[in-house]
Amino acid sequence: MRTGLTLATLGLMGLSMTAVAQDEAPYITLASTTSTENSGLFDAIIPQFREASGIAVRVVAVGTGQAFEIARRGDADSLLVHDTEGEERFVADGYASERADVMYNDFVIIGPAEDPAGIREAESVEQAFSRIAQAEAPFASRGDDSGTNRAELRLWDAAGIEPGGEWYRELGSGMGPTLNTAAGMDAYVMSDRATWVAFDNRQNLELLFEGDEALFNQYGSLRLSAETHPHLKHDLAAQWHDWLLSDEGQQAIAAFEVKGQQLFFPNAD
Amino acid sequence: MPQHDSAFATALALILDLDPALLGIVVLSLKVSLTAVLIAALLGLPLGAALALWRFPGRGVLVVVLNALMGLPPVVAGLAVYLLLSRAGPLGDLGLLFTPGAMVVAQLLLVLPIIAALTRQQVEELHLEYREQLRSLGLSRTRMIPTLLWDARLGLMTVVLAGFGRASAEVGAVMIVGGNIDGVTRVMTTAIVLETSKGNLPLALGLGIVLLGLVALVNAAAHLVGETARRRLG
Repeated sequence: MRTGLTLATLGLMGLSMTAVAQDEAPYITLASTTSTENSGLFDAIIPQFREASGIAVRVVAVGTGQAFEIARRGDADSLLVHDTEGEERFVADGYASERADVMYNDFVIIGPAEDPAGIREAESVEQAFSRIAQAEAPFASRGDDSGTNRAELRLWDAAGIEPGGEWYRELGSGMGPTLNTAAGMDAYVMSDRATWVAFDNRQNLELLFEGDEALFNQYGSLRLSAETHPHLKHDLAAQWHDWLLSDEGQQAIAAFEVKGQQLFFPNAD
Repeated sequence: MPQHDSAFATALALILDLDPALLGIVVLSLKVSLTAVLIAALLGLPLGAALALWRFPGRGVLVVVLNALMGLPPVVAGLAVYLLLSRAGPLGDLGLLFTPGAMVVAQLLLVLPIIAALTRQQVEELHLEYREQLRSLGLSRTRMIPTLLWDARLGLMTVVLAGFGRASAEVGAVMIVGGNIDGVTRVMTTAIVLETSKGNLPLALGLGIVLLGLVALVNAAAHLVGETARRRLG
């Protein structure tokens, strides 16, 4: 038993050392959202940052709710999410020392090509949501407390609708799985544009509504608090944060395209 | 179903291209799961055998708990290991979270009950069969453990392979404690989840076929070793 435990410990140490040996460059762990990772943005901009700074960025892509939780527990060095209200609360609660606008993209409303609720001609996103609720057309909601989910719930609230009932389906999944499910049941769904453009399994789904300012989707970078979590790599994380806001970082974001389409629009001050 | 055709074509292309990114993912998958299974076997085989031989109060409860843990949902194991290894958790200072080491711990938690519980059952049966002989040889129970494990080795090989199957197939635990970081903690199963979420179904299914082939290879290797041993020992 004792030797077994010793062997187990040695094995673990050995493995964690090989893990370090794999990548000897200094690195930070970044908690971010599935939309940024799935679209391929990080694959495009992180190598440029690494080139400039020598710092590798390890991305853990989860829903915004989980990303906040990871940062709150001190398991990530930096945070890049899209829930401005939540981000400001995070700063106010003392977990982050600074928050800055980095870029935006927008949400779009996807649905079956036949558009049974007739949202193609809607004048605002409020009207589009009202028509879906009135028609009781199937609507697939993320239901996972992500940034997109929070934005969607705010839009229902603004339209004066409390979504519920047979037609409103909370999936509790990421953006991609939700689109897969919506494609399977021909449902309406709100997606960030980046995930939608990069998404391949569309089946009968089409982009039906876009362009309302209420669908604006702001991304923010947070510097985590050195007082709450002194063990984090604050110096390296600060370089990443500053690079995102620099001309170089902002240009890298603007230059990223999928299928000839720019997906993220830099808007740092 | 054109999607299935393209999945097989994708799988074939993945293998033939020897894509370095895929190779890295395959190597990491094997490294993590084999390490977890090795440690689980080193702990679980003697543990299961001891549980088969000793009688003590609470043994029945322990056996039931161990059997029940075979059904531990991977995502629960992942969550438990996450809370343990998180900076805010008791072992946070090790800095293991989001490293392959954390994934080994999570898979160990899933595989250990399987190996220990099934070993207990096999050794117990063997012990009932040979109890008189072993006793006439005057072996203590501690000395019986290696003897019985050796005698049961062929059956136990299947037990260890079942453990490997569980480790290499699960995704819920490694996703949470590894974080699916590109080039660092991305393994076959988490890569499949990622490609599925991108709607890239042929690639996801292609990766699944590669994973299945890999597991088949490991099983074939184990089978070959078993057969050779059987033949050599008559």
